[in-house]
Amino acid sequence: MLGIIVRRLVATIPVMAVVALCVFSLLYFAPGDPVTIIAGDQASPADVARIRATLGLDRPFLVRLGDWTWRILQGDLGTSIFTNIPVTELIAQRVQPTLSLMLVTLAFAIAIAVPLGVAAAATAGSVVDRSVMALAVLGFSVPVFVVGYVLAHVFAVELGWLPVQGYTPIERGLGPWFANLILPASTLGFVYVALIARVTRAAMLDVLAQDYVRTARAKGLAPRAVLFLHALKNAAVPIVTVIGMGIALLIGGAVVTETVFAIPGLGRLTVDAILRRDYPVIQGVVLLFSAVYVLMNLAIDLLYTLLDPRIRY
Amino acid sequence: MSATFVPRAPGAADGIRASAPPDLAIAEPLPDIIPPRKARGRARRLVARHPGAVIGGVLLAVVLAMALLAPWIGTVDPTALSPTQRTRAPSALHWFGTDLLGRDIYSRVVYGARVSLVIGFSVAALASAAGLAIGLVSGMMRRADGIIMRIVDGVMSIPPILLAVALMALTRGSIGNVIVAITVAEIPRVTRLVRGVVLSLREQPYVDAAIVSGTRPSTVIWRHILPNSLAPMTVQATYICASAMIAEAILSFIGAGVPPSTPSWGNIMAEGRALWQVKFTIILFPAIFLSLTVLAVNLVGDGIRDALDARMAKDV
Repeated sequence: MLGIIVRRLVATIPVMAVVALCVFSLLYFAPGDPVTIIAGDQASPADVARIRATLGLDRPFLVRLGDWTWRILQGDLGTSIFTNIPVTELIAQRVQPTLSLMLVTLAFAIAIAVPLGVAAAATAGSVVDRSVMALAVLGFSVPVFVVGYVLAHVFAVELGWLPVQGYTPIERGLGPWFANLILPASTLGFVYVALIARVTRAAMLDVLAQDYVRTARAKGLAPRAVLFLHALKNAAVPIVTVIGMGIALLIGGAVVTETVFAIPGLGRLTVDAILRRDYPVIQGVVLLFSAVYVLMNLAIDLLYTLLDPRIRY
Repeated sequence: MSATFVPRAPGAADGIRASAPPDLAIAEPLPDIIPPRKARGRARRLVARHPGAVIGGVLLAVVLAMALLAPWIGTVDPTALSPTQRTRAPSALHWFGTDLLGRDIYSRVVYGARVSLVIGFSVAALASAAGLAIGLVSGMMRRADGIIMRIVDGVMSIPPILLAVALMALTRGSIGNVIVAITVAEIPRVTRLVRGVVLSLREQPYVDAAIVSGTRPSTVIWRHILPNSLAPMTVQATYICASAMIAEAILSFIGAGVPPSTPSWGNIMAEGRALWQVKFTIILFPAIFLSLTVLAVNLVGDGIRDALDARMAKDV
């Protein structure tokens, strides 16, 4: 197992290298010269050249790329142009709300979507099936911020059941923390539920047509046992795959959801950085999110071997 | 044996029956096997079999008409400011109310259809063309495949919205730049799809036969590979169109999209952001139109997919 993990980790190196190259090019090609900003209006051309040399910005692309990569590997993501705070520190301050939002969304989306998909497949063609599929089409069509505003308008503004906006740190109690996350997580989870339910249904339909399912039914097993023990277990691989792929949706959606619900997380940090053209922060966040996405999918690849012993790497 | 069997022309039964002896048994005339087709019946059957696709098509046609006829259906100039008429509720004068600057939301929503459709269709066309070209090269040339796929893997591991947002941070907000940014973010997925299709097509006997009989590689691609990869491509293109419309709205909504003066659905919502708790209608109307349009495109896409692939249609 350890060997597999190491081999798969090595395989992610070229992927992350491409990501790093993209992200570095972003800063390299960014319009506006940081040196003239630092030097100010009064600086002479000689001063500008001197600052450029001290910062190492006069060196060729590849040298700077190597230098930058080396610093990234040491955990240095640079400093925000706007606030002068190291990017790693900014990220550390903002990571908790985003992590909470993602984990709650993940948990609740899977808890809702998988049973929905199973129910739809078990009753294929029925009203239940049709409504689940209709919900799935709707989930793909209604943009995340529309869901967010409608939910917030109904449940927070009109009914007053839940807090409208903001985030309560988990240190201040689980109750308030959770209350603040219900609406954002439902918002973010909507499209994710649609995606997982749809794939669960398709995978289950495939499995339910297999001979061993008929055997299990024929020998008199309870329908529920057949559905959940025999079928779902064997339909798990595509379901887990789409859960992993959907994390990209979740990351994109988090940026928007945090804007709608005024959550001070990484998504909001990204939006603020874009509005201020704070390139080191944009770089850091894109790099971080991509690394998370790659590592999550690596973890899911490894999970395959547990779910389906036939899969070997 | 009684003479009960009389060969006769269909429809002649009544004549025979009238003159036949009373004990003669005659079978009822056969019904016509193929009932005559009615044009109306065909349309009804289409609706019955693909209700989603028809609804989607009609919705899309309505939005398309709205975009084309915007100058005639819009009641006022969508960019006209009227400081005395700010954040009005919907009324007979301003059907959807007015925004923070007193602009008429109904007119802005009508014109917003243009932005969404232009961006959706352009991204779908450009991303499909680029993805098709790269995917064909990758699927047909072993040597290029490794490099292209590594790059595609890398770019795909950046969440698409984030990539589009990062690209927009490099340039000014304009419709063209938004199209390019979303297209770049969508290309890897199309490339993957086309490459997969090409790889499986290459194993087909008819492709082998073409190669063995000395067909030039370019002709094989043009005659056999390309036409057969167009079907999955078309389905993918409609989904890209839908997701590009959402992406544009998201970019504009967070302030990294088309310039704020352009009436786009994302922009109208971005402007309503500050006041959404008190003036929910500013966000509500563009939200409804955006959702319906994306829904329409998705339904049409599902319809095309069902028509092209009956097996997939049953499962997913």
